Amino acid sequence: MAAPTTKAPAAVPDTAKAKARKEKVRAASLTAASGVLGFAVWVGLSKSGIDGFPGPVPVAERAWELMREGTLFSDLFASLRRVLLGFVLGVALAVPVGFAMGWYPVVRGLFDPWLQFFRMIPPLAIIPLAVVLMGIDETPKVFVIFLASFLSSVVSTYQGVISVDKTLINAARVLGAGDRTLFTDVVVPASTPFILVGMRIGLGASWATVVAAELIAAQGGLGYRMQQAQLYYELPTIFVSLIVIGLVGLAMDRLLLLAERRLTGWQERR
Amino acid sequence: MTKISFRDVTHRFEAFTALDHVSLDIADGEFVTVVGPSGCGKSTLLNLAAGLLEPGAGTVEVDGRQVAGPGPERGVIFQQYALFPWMSTRKNVEFGLKIAGVPKRERRAKAEHYLDLVGLADFADALPKTLSGGMKQRCAIARAYAVDPSVLLMDEPFGALDALTRVQLQDGLLDTWTRERRTVMFITHDVDEAVYLAGRVIVMAARPGRVHRVIDVDLPYPRTEEIRLSAEFDELRRQVWRAVYHQPPAPTPEGTPR
Repeated sequence: MAAPTTKAPAAVPDTAKAKARKEKVRAASLTAASGVLGFAVWVGLSKSGIDGFPGPVPVAERAWELMREGTLFSDLFASLRRVLLGFVLGVALAVPVGFAMGWYPVVRGLFDPWLQFFRMIPPLAIIPLAVVLMGIDETPKVFVIFLASFLSSVVSTYQGVISVDKTLINAARVLGAGDRTLFTDVVVPASTPFILVGMRIGLGASWATVVAAELIAAQGGLGYRMQQAQLYYELPTIFVSLIVIGLVGLAMDRLLLLAERRLTGWQERR
Repeated sequence: MTKISFRDVTHRFEAFTALDHVSLDIADGEFVTVVGPSGCGKSTLLNLAAGLLEPGAGTVEVDGRQVAGPGPERGVIFQQYALFPWMSTRKNVEFGLKIAGVPKRERRAKAEHYLDLVGLADFADALPKTLSGGMKQRCAIARAYAVDPSVLLMDEPFGALDALTRVQLQDGLLDTWTRERRTVMFITHDVDEAVYLAGRVIVMAARPGRVHRVIDVDLPYPRTEEIRLSAEFDELRRQVWRAVYHQPPAPTPEGTPR
């Protein structure tokens, strides 16, 4: 008796599911095609006779060697350590400063001109100064990354605070919320999406900065390895480093994107 | 007994006079609607009573005390619902209770009661983004009721809803009002709605914002469909319509607003 009635409505979600699956297969095959195409371009370039331009095979061989020696991992570890340290410190300072700037007009007035000014200086341009003042060990590199992540996170945090919907603030106030509740229960959650976007930009900036910083002054790390390889004309090593840098950056971005989806799934449009 | 009292209130936004020497008394337990063209200062009037604005001149009193900032005894319902989008329906309703320090279990029971009252019991754990406009506004109403305010200030609450949903929510609102008799000040631009809900319709005029006419609605509660379709209702509607749409020009010349 129940069989015919349950069958009919079940058909609708089935076609919807099939459609979604089809869509997924299409996207996956496009990604695969893009990979094959890129690979073909690489092979083509290596065969075109550009002096020393390595093809995929020597690069893969070099990657295997570097992994066996362990240099790839120690370089990766050195670079990641700098990035994470600088990034965490930068965000940890940016969030309270950003909130203070958004909440207190006086703080905003005092900080904003300097923020705008320093934003115009690429963090890399600070390296020469940082090396002179802080020496050539870890401090100047971490400092430059700290600066890069701080500047991008602080701006988006305070943008988030000042763009909190006025009606939400009023709604909380008429329900009896004082300044403290307003801040913790309305302003903080409402600006979370902005903070996370800032963190994503900050992480990207940090990762780009660390590699460049290592090119200038370091005793290890992916950037340092490339710089050494340049001296000895070892193009496969440069390629391995570049690929690893790209992949790790991509992985970090995806991770933050995932966190963003988790934390801000309540947003109206996605 | 007077519940809300505006005494000679003047309020300006830069060069624009939103309210010009407005005096108005709203009695305890009264249902008053305020209609008028845009720029007549009706929302400003409500925001003054809510304590979200301070009058430029004159006084605004609720319960004989001058209004100083917003407070939970004056519930406000906004046209844009103003639900906290990161909180479930239940958490939204509990928000005011949490601030008032109501213990968790009691909070939950109260939220459940009011969600049930507005017909959202099955959506207690839903996020606002999954609700329709009418459901969002019902949630906002439940949130306002939960802290048990003695005054409800409603700023075009049904303005963004379709006609059918609007009629449903009007009846729901009147239903609760007849039982609990809170003082209601209801802003609208819909003449029908103004007459159907109110015991008294305040018609305002713009440039400068002022009270143009006060029209008593001598129709019995509960208001039914029969009343809505009656000749008396029609006559009142006509009166209010004329008062809103055929207003004399401002007595004093005033620069164009904005």
